[in-house]
Amino acid sequence: MVELPIGKSFENIINWMTDNFDTFFDIVGAVISGVLFVFKSSLVMVYPPVMIAILVGLAWWIAGRNVAIFSLIGFTLVALMGFWEVTMETLALVITSVAIALITGFPVGVWASQSNAVEKIVRPILDFMQTLPAFVYLIPAVLFFQLGEVPGVIATLIFSLPPVVRFTNLGIRQVPEEIKEAAQAFGSTTRQMLVKAELPVAMPTIMAGVNQTIMLALSMVVIAGMIGAGGLGNEVLKGITQLNIGLGFESGISIVILAIYLDRVTQALGARKKNK
Amino acid sequence: MSVLEVKNLYKVFGPNAGRVFGLLQKGLDKQDIHARTGCTIGINDASFTIEKGEIFVVMGLSGSGKSTVLRCLNRIIDSTRGKVLIHGDDITGMSHEKLLRLRRAKVSMVFQHFALLPHRSVIGNTEYGLEISGVGREERQKRARDALKLVGLDGYENSMPDELSGGMKQRVGLARALANDAEILLMDEAFSALDPLIRAQMQDELLELQARMHKTIVFITHDLDEALKLGDRIAIMRDGAIVQIGTPEDILSNPADEYVSTFVQNIDRTKVITANKIMRSAPTITMPREGPQVAIRRMEKYDVSTIYVTDSERRLKGLVTIDDAIKCAEEGKKDLQSCINEDVFVTRTETLISDLISTALMTKYPIAVLNEDNHLVGIVSRSAILAEVKRESDAEHKPMLLKENPVVQVNVPSAAEKEENANG
Repeated sequence: MVELPIGKSFENIINWMTDNFDTFFDIVGAVISGVLFVFKSSLVMVYPPVMIAILVGLAWWIAGRNVAIFSLIGFTLVALMGFWEVTMETLALVITSVAIALITGFPVGVWASQSNAVEKIVRPILDFMQTLPAFVYLIPAVLFFQLGEVPGVIATLIFSLPPVVRFTNLGIRQVPEEIKEAAQAFGSTTRQMLVKAELPVAMPTIMAGVNQTIMLALSMVVIAGMIGAGGLGNEVLKGITQLNIGLGFESGISIVILAIYLDRVTQALGARKKNK
Repeated sequence: MSVLEVKNLYKVFGPNAGRVFGLLQKGLDKQDIHARTGCTIGINDASFTIEKGEIFVVMGLSGSGKSTVLRCLNRIIDSTRGKVLIHGDDITGMSHEKLLRLRRAKVSMVFQHFALLPHRSVIGNTEYGLEISGVGREERQKRARDALKLVGLDGYENSMPDELSGGMKQRVGLARALANDAEILLMDEAFSALDPLIRAQMQDELLELQARMHKTIVFITHDLDEALKLGDRIAIMRDGAIVQIGTPEDILSNPADEYVSTFVQNIDRTKVITANKIMRSAPTITMPREGPQVAIRRMEKYDVSTIYVTDSERRLKGLVTIDDAIKCAEEGKKDLQSCINEDVFVTRTETLISDLISTALMTKYPIAVLNEDNHLVGIVSRSAILAEVKRESDAEHKPMLLKENPVVQVNVPSAAEKEENANG
């Protein structure tokens, strides 16, 4: 029986990349950790009660009173459990990954919506990114960027990028044919059609994609704790390795609170666009 | 020069469209060609010319290619072969920039499902065309407001499309098309998605607008009644080809083939044919120049028992019956003033026959037809109206005598059957 050395080849490619793209990975790593540092330090720096007030205010403004009450109770609980700083670290990781995911994913989604060929190429790549078990690419990520927050962000990015690409592509493709024709019939250029007709009509769908990206990022950030990304993931990991049930539970609760907060607020953001 | 001219236009959907033309020349039809090549023929050799200020209706069932033809007129769909001339300019080979300019300034479009941008207000939708052509904010808002006023939507500028009813949405669609002051209006089943009542109302308003604005309108519909009501001329399409082009009269009176006649056979002719089409000239007598003696002699000459009386400018004064005229003459009167009967029904040249039927049934005398200057132009007799109604009923299922029709049998259940039913 012949065995195809696919695993070996993958290993060789990764090793070759580690050797030859060293500088490139260094630069990428530096940029990511720079962005992360800015978010993290500004989130942690603010006195917790003030930060809670900001988060609750934001929830009130975007998602209404109920979500605001929930986040007031939730975040106070997180702070009282002593998880405030790690929760903010996690939030910084999420924000950084999602920001990069949106900056890269949105244009790819738009591009895929304009060209069937691009869509055909992008789709299997997205499938790959979403279904490949996270640990498989955690290893090369560590090889490229060493242990720490940067490979955590990269792994999160890989896992959470697909929804924004998919939903942007889908949203634009689902714009009713007549609306596209109308934009065309009045003399829109391709760009005007995209900016003034297609994107605004597709916005609720795109926002659903953004929401999904945020949720996936949050779930991945926990796993990223295993490679030293810090934050709540690290606490969960500690809970597991030390068989500390209480610690595991408390950090788990904090993750859930953060998740519900992010979900409700971003969902309301999408709905707001729709009603406007 | 005509505003819009389409010459031998073809549209073939599918790969390798070129080879379809050979097969078409061999006389294969749409289905055969689809089976052989996988190509669908959207438009098959369409040619027509549209004059300025005309409402040109393209009518056909779904799949007949009518919407495809419309989209070739502003090149939302590119034709495969043939020419589309707008003011003599062939748009099929036009550069992208020229095409954009054409769409922004000369040709605008109204859609079946309104195609409003849901994130923009009424005025935001109306000004869309002007906005993308780079018209300044103040001017485009002013022009959008004017357009909204034309369609009766002033006061709704800041509403969102989802707050509007279907009829109002289509008014916004119409206002958007009017805002850039294009002279050619393409309307794709513009009223088909509306309720019947709203639809009739919108048709009337379109005709009113058209009377004021004199646009050149290409109107697509699958509804013959709508086509007959709106169209100055109608083109009937089938399988991508134009089967007949003509005025509503032409189409009804001389259907080009069986397809068209099956289309028009259910049409109520009395709702299309107008009084001036069936009126005949009436013997008249002029007051005060002519008196009772002349009236009697003229009635004898034309073998009629009534004569219409007009003044020297042919304005109708009434009618005189032969009995009254003789009485008048015997009394030695010189003019007809005393014996004029004013119980005459009058109507206009453009009145539909359907609107005359009830009057025709109750009046003793023919109905006088007046033109817009109130001059007597003819009369419509009761028999002429009834003849039209009869033609109508001939075309449909005419009742016949029971004994003449062996097929229809009136079933009277037998006593045994009745019993069975009662028990069952």
